[in-house]
Amino acid sequence: MQYNWDWGILFRDPYIWWLVDGLQWTLTIAICAWVIAFCLGSILGIMRTSINPYLRFIGTAYVELFRNVPLLVQLFLWYFVFPELLPEEAGRWVKREMPMPGFTTTVLALGLYTASRLCEQVRSGIEAVGIGQRNAGRAIGLSETKVYIHILLPNAYRIIIAPLTSEFLTIFKNSSLALTIGVIELTGMTRQIEEYTFQGFEAFTAATVIYSLVTFTVMGFMLHLEKRLYVPGMIAAEK
Amino acid sequence: MGDFDFAIIYNNLPFLLEGMKTTLLLTVAAIFGGIVIGTVLAMIRLANIPVLSWVAAAYVNFFRSLPLILVIFWLYFLVPLILGRPVGAFASVLVAFVLFEAAYYSEIIRAGISSIRSGQAAAARAIGMTYSQTMRFIVLPQAFKAMIPVLLTQAIILFQDTSLVYVVGLKDFLVSAELIANRDQKLIEMFVFVAVVYFTICFAGSMIASRIQRKLPV
Repeated sequence: MQYNWDWGILFRDPYIWWLVDGLQWTLTIAICAWVIAFCLGSILGIMRTSINPYLRFIGTAYVELFRNVPLLVQLFLWYFVFPELLPEEAGRWVKREMPMPGFTTTVLALGLYTASRLCEQVRSGIEAVGIGQRNAGRAIGLSETKVYIHILLPNAYRIIIAPLTSEFLTIFKNSSLALTIGVIELTGMTRQIEEYTFQGFEAFTAATVIYSLVTFTVMGFMLHLEKRLYVPGMIAAEK
Repeated sequence: MGDFDFAIIYNNLPFLLEGMKTTLLLTVAAIFGGIVIGTVLAMIRLANIPVLSWVAAAYVNFFRSLPLILVIFWLYFLVPLILGRPVGAFASVLVAFVLFEAAYYSEIIRAGISSIRSGQAAAARAIGMTYSQTMRFIVLPQAFKAMIPVLLTQAIILFQDTSLVYVVGLKDFLVSAELIANRDQKLIEMFVFVAVVYFTICFAGSMIASRIQRKLPV
């Protein structure tokens, strides 16, 4: 194996700044998409456990639609096809004037896609709380909405902390797809360093270490949180 | 939407089919390789061998913390370097998928093995079977049967993930469609067609998975 090692490259101007910049993009995309996914996923999860059959159907249809098309294809649909389907004025705005088109599209696509996965987690959390608590809430005179706000959701979120963590880490990793529509985030930056310097080994190692560090930090923090917030008597908390 | 050009899809079907063949070949090969290595990793982890079990666990957690695109880039760069000669994109991408998927399959298989009641393994050991015989004849056949729905779901995810070979330009289904889309300026037609095909296959697959799930004894 013929290779010229040069680990110093990673700490030299401008490459170190490329890495910092890339990590910033990765984290920004992940957090923005997470906000969309968490809010929409919760609403969909509530819909799927609702007593209203129409709401249940909409929730199910959304999940099936979004999880059966590859994320990359969804990203291309939002980026290339969606603006063409809009009315002329709006389409032109999206294509020409929308600030940071690649970033905005990625956040939107990633958020909507992950919402379908979060919906399933929220649903399983609500189901784990159980029909008994739901009926008990109704019996003491709470409305359906109040049962969700005061009983089902607070317990459900505490039960699904571990799956929520892995969903966040999935968003964090999936943000690398942004590079396909020109947002040079962490993976894209290291690829760029490789192309400029031919030091692929060092560049990819840097990305690998950064991704692992962030993952293990988030996991450690959430494990701590999970222990503090566990619902007594729930299997998920006994691990 | 009135001017949706179906002819562009129809005229290019043979080319698209070639791409789909690459996608399917990659999926099947990666499933096979992933399950083989994944099973080995799961068994090592469960056997509690001092250093080896730790290495297997580290492997799994390490790969699960990385984006697939990064792993594809890594192997696209590494495989030719290690072999000392250029190889096609397909070979290096296949290695990337097998190594990456093995980590995920290992977790599925480990859960499957753990779900088999420990009395089964104890009984097998009691009648004099070795560890590998217990695994081969008693535990793994039952575990794999229970795992079929999850393995199928993972296969669907893997099938979708193969679209990421886009980043190294391997001509799979998506890249073939994209080539036509850009050549003939038919982005809407091609990307909608790609989405419909992926959806149909994956939706059918997930229906089958949940049907099997319902039929399995709990």
